[in-house]
Amino acid sequence: MRLIDLKNYLSKWLIQMKNNFRVSVSLWTLTVKEVRRFLRIWVQTLVPPAVTMSLYFVIFGSLIGPRIGSMDGFDYIQYMIPGLIMLSVITNSYNNVVSSFYSVKFQKSIEELLISPMPNWSILLGFVLGGVCRGLLIGIIVFGVSLLFYPDFTVANPLLTIVVLLLTAILFSLMGFINAVFADSFDDISIIPTFILTPLIYLGGVFYSINILPDLWRSISMANPMLYVVNTFREGMLGVSDVSISFSLGMIITFILVLTSSCLYLLKKGTGIRQ
Amino acid sequence: MAEYALEINNLQKVYDNNIVALKGIDLKVAKGDFYALLGPNGAGKSSTIGIIGSLVTKTAGKVSVFGNDIDTDLNKAKSLLGVVSQEINFSQFEKVLDIVVTQAGFYGIPKSTAMPKVENILKRLGLWDKRNVQARTLSGGYKRRLMIAKALIHEPQLLILDEPTAGVDIELRREMWSFLKEINKNGTTIILTTHYLEEAEQLCRNIGIIDHGTIVADTSMKDLLGRLNVQGFVFDLDHPLDEAPVIEGFPLKLEDPLTLVAAVNKDRSINALFSELTKLNIKIKSMRNEANRLEELFIEMVNSNEK
Ligand SMILES: Nc1ncnc2c1ncn2[C@@H]1O[C@H](COP(=O)(O)OP(=O)(O)O)[C@@H](O)[C@H]1O
Ligand SMILES: [Mg+2]
Repeated sequence: MRLIDLKNYLSKWLIQMKNNFRVSVSLWTLTVKEVRRFLRIWVQTLVPPAVTMSLYFVIFGSLIGPRIGSMDGFDYIQYMIPGLIMLSVITNSYNNVVSSFYSVKFQKSIEELLISPMPNWSILLGFVLGGVCRGLLIGIIVFGVSLLFYPDFTVANPLLTIVVLLLTAILFSLMGFINAVFADSFDDISIIPTFILTPLIYLGGVFYSINILPDLWRSISMANPMLYVVNTFREGMLGVSDVSISFSLGMIITFILVLTSSCLYLLKKGTGIRQ
Repeated sequence: MAEYALEINNLQKVYDNNIVALKGIDLKVAKGDFYALLGPNGAGKSSTIGIIGSLVTKTAGKVSVFGNDIDTDLNKAKSLLGVVSQEINFSQFEKVLDIVVTQAGFYGIPKSTAMPKVENILKRLGLWDKRNVQARTLSGGYKRRLMIAKALIHEPQLLILDEPTAGVDIELRREMWSFLKEINKNGTTIILTTHYLEEAEQLCRNIGIIDHGTIVADTSMKDLLGRLNVQGFVFDLDHPLDEAPVIEGFPLKLEDPLTLVAAVNKDRSINALFSELTKLNIKIKSMRNEANRLEELFIEMVNSNEK
């Protein structure tokens, strides 16, 4: 009796392990595919943020910055650095997932995933990891560029910086995924980034502290979710913030959980991918 | 163990726009079979295949692959199934080799294990020389082969092909046929949909005919061809007629005043028809056999379903 139990238990365990192995291989395959995709088109994905950010540093940092003076006690260029890194990480994570997942849908190669025994959560995770890798790589590139213009920069709280960087990349990769699920045309994948995401980021304290705003605009700004992301990151890099850090972190994590569940629900229902 | 490679019960599909694609079909395909699913455009072939491969959601009904219900044992069913979709479904900008290795990876086969399999299958399909070219540069026939390579990489027991030779030239089509015959001989159950009746006749042992989301025939190819015991003859007449003559045992139809069509049963002599026609003083200038046999039957079945 005992021996049979043990045998059953072992064979179940073996099947489980085989299954885990299979899922890990498929997740790894998808992630590598996603990373290779943005590396292959590096001229479109990696170079533009480096160029744009260099221009920001030249114009706003070196040329106009000295006339602005200090912001929250920092040189303007120094104050800008975390904001510009966030701007790049957010747009790149989002764009990576929205364009990759939409083109997989558009080219029907989504069928390669759907026909395979890959679970939905690992399909989602693969795309999100692709977005996170691009976001982190861009973050490092932009930070590298900023060091060219401001070599003395020191990071106030490296742990918080990395945590916020990661969470942000995850959060916006998930948003990109949802955008792609509902997108029916190439217009649909640029509408939200252009008309919602970018304005919210620019008005979310990338370039200034909301303390310089009149009361009314400051209150309105407090309703902008980007403000929390940007300022939490600034707290990590510079040690200053316009908002409460624990509140912001809590909100970011809550959003990640809500969006993850929504993505999994959409995948299960097959919205936009299974007729 | 399961008796059938594929078993479908009362499968229904209504698309979001309320188009009813499948009205509750039943289908059984035995292990090792080579089965043809025939039907005109819009009959529901691709919808059926889409549901089996979980690319399309079903509205109702049951599907099992080697006894694995896709509602309860989906992963097992998926691992036994390979599908070649009707439309190209790989990323056009990737290399042939990468596409197949990646597909293997999605099935949980790591690259090191997959490589020898990939080499083997690409060589058999004549794609090995093209392994490093971008998929979009392949011709139509080679794209189709790449689709087949992808579907076979995890060594499925059941291979379903949705119009695999549509738009493929004759030579390539014949090559594909012998390839499919070979893997069927080695034990893989194959189901294919096609427009070319010749293809079904050449390859398949059993055949289902689907029309407007209903199965109108499900039988062996032999049986189906056996039903073709009526042959059509077309007579070009010397003098115009007002109406078709009535001759016992030979249904006749006047297509136009100078063309008479006859349905002649195989066990009847056409001489009898000639002598009857001569008796009626009808002179025949020339005679020919009416179109393709299977084609005929197919159209007849589909038409009778329409009524
Ligand atoms: N994605 C879809 N949305 C709505 N209707 C569809 C969709 N795909 C197929 N149909 C409809 O379902 C019916 C069956 O189509 P299909 O399964 O593609 O037939 P076949 O493959 O036999 O040509 C057709 O009327 C077709 O217009
Ligand atoms: Mg079709």
